[in-house]
Amino acid sequence: MGMILSLHDVTKSFGALKVADGISFDVPEGQALGIIGPNGAGKSTLFNLITGNLVPDAGRIKYQGRDVTRIPPMQRCLDGMGRSFQIPQPFTGLTVFENLLVAATHGQDRPESAVVDHVARVLDQTELMGVANTPAGGLSLLQRKRLELARAMATQPKLLLLDEIAGGLTDGECAALIDTIRGLHAGGVTIIWIEHVLHALTAVVERLLVLDFGRVIGLGEPAEIMDSREVREIYLGIEV
Amino acid sequence: MAATHTLTTRTRAGTITGIAALAFLAVAVILPAFASRSLIQDLFFILTMLTLAQFWNLLAGYSGLVSVGQQAFVGFGAYMLFAATILWGVNPVAAILLSGVFALLLAIPTAFFAFRLSGAYFAIGTWVVAEVVRLTVAQWQAVGGGTGTSLPRDARDAMWGVTWIEAAFDVRSSAARDILAYWLALALAAATIGGIYWFLRTRRGLALAALRDNVEAAKSVGVDAARMKWIVFLVAAFGTGIAGGLIFLQNGRISPDSAFAVTQWTAFVIFIVVIGGIGTIEGPIIGVLVFFMLQELLADFGATYLIVLGCLGIVIMLFARRGLWGLISDRTGVQLFPVRRRLIAPARGPAGQTDEGGGHND
Repeated sequence: MGMILSLHDVTKSFGALKVADGISFDVPEGQALGIIGPNGAGKSTLFNLITGNLVPDAGRIKYQGRDVTRIPPMQRCLDGMGRSFQIPQPFTGLTVFENLLVAATHGQDRPESAVVDHVARVLDQTELMGVANTPAGGLSLLQRKRLELARAMATQPKLLLLDEIAGGLTDGECAALIDTIRGLHAGGVTIIWIEHVLHALTAVVERLLVLDFGRVIGLGEPAEIMDSREVREIYLGIEV
Repeated sequence: MAATHTLTTRTRAGTITGIAALAFLAVAVILPAFASRSLIQDLFFILTMLTLAQFWNLLAGYSGLVSVGQQAFVGFGAYMLFAATILWGVNPVAAILLSGVFALLLAIPTAFFAFRLSGAYFAIGTWVVAEVVRLTVAQWQAVGGGTGTSLPRDARDAMWGVTWIEAAFDVRSSAARDILAYWLALALAAATIGGIYWFLRTRRGLALAALRDNVEAAKSVGVDAARMKWIVFLVAAFGTGIAGGLIFLQNGRISPDSAFAVTQWTAFVIFIVVIGGIGTIEGPIIGVLVFFMLQELLADFGATYLIVLGCLGIVIMLFARRGLWGLISDRTGVQLFPVRRRLIAPARGPAGQTDEGGGHND
């Protein structure tokens, strides 16, 4: 199976701070990859580099065999890259349904009427159907997090980037979220998931990447990574 | 899911607005048969300011392009109407279209320059462009240079439809020209509001609303932010240019200072949009009526008038950020021009009940 995403020596600095320091890794098509690391390790920055919201200072990013290092986010979305934001970024003046509708119609470049059923299905899957016609500005935090996932799903991504969507959920809600993501994964979607809630992450992903100070310090089977000394040091005191 | 979901923007308020708008248009069209000339002139002023306000609202309210240089397009459009009439012998009514086209052409290099700037720098940049155009046009001797010029008598007399109006309404040619200008302004304002409303209901309009709320998120779901900015800027320039041409056609006289007046064509327009309610179609309509009433009330007070306008603008910005229409629609939930897409579950579909529950919330 081919590589859907390849990063080669990707580097990005904000002033003197190196937030991505020579990051290289490959993601095979259809895989679920988890990304962990302490706060400020550069996880969300890495996502912004992959989606094109940030442009790297050096290095190359290949997506579906094509160099996309300087391709704008809009085009990457059209090519099948969907993402959620760590801090929910809903379109507050639009309803939940319209949030998904704009993603579906522009992300897939199809007319509104052609994507309504797909949007309705996503609303059902993410348990947002009850608030479909409510303005997104009035949602609770949990609903906003769901909306992040739902909006990314609405674009029908081939590669889905999820940024901390499980935080603050009850056990039941978390189990439902894991089911949803497993379902997407089983449907062939490649997933890269940044998450602090490790049991949710390890329930889905096949591989774990550990990031610290903008560098990859571990990449492999989840069990093997969780056992490594470096990771244990970083996560000392955090329940695994 | 056997049955399919559908979406609609239809609301009762929207239907009522549609019927009321048609009735209003019908009355407005036949109004010159009854109304005094001064009322027609007042309505001409209201309609043209409304058009300018709708386009500025499209720029600033929907696209975040806070331009304070729209007088560039008013003035350039108007000057090109005079040039086309005086130098090339084009009928003034046909030349109104040229006003739009030339304003559009001016907007292309302006956008290349101004889109490199953002926020306050964009605002100042557009103003600078307007000043450059004003100073350049003031050097153009064929249309009167710095002192300006008038529309030649034979060109005015040649205006399409004027002789017919003279006969039909039994008025003198100057009054007939006012009626013609009023009709054109009515058509322009109606086309502007109708066109913007139509646009907001297309998928590009939805993208515009998403961009207004969150640019980065909109880009991440496939919205072409750069293209939307171009479309909006060029459309606004075209419409603003047409309004400029029409305003000075009715005026009959043009000078660089009046055609490129930042107070008249931008500050007043911003005032109208801000007090009415930015980011809505209803806002500028209410705003222009308030503005007109204030102008009538305070006409005798000279500079005090501007101070009152400024203070009122500040009060609204501080205490009712979404303007008078924002206050009204927050209380009542009414949208006269509904653009909200609602998801309609299939009759008896599994989501039917929950969706109805959501529907009651808005």
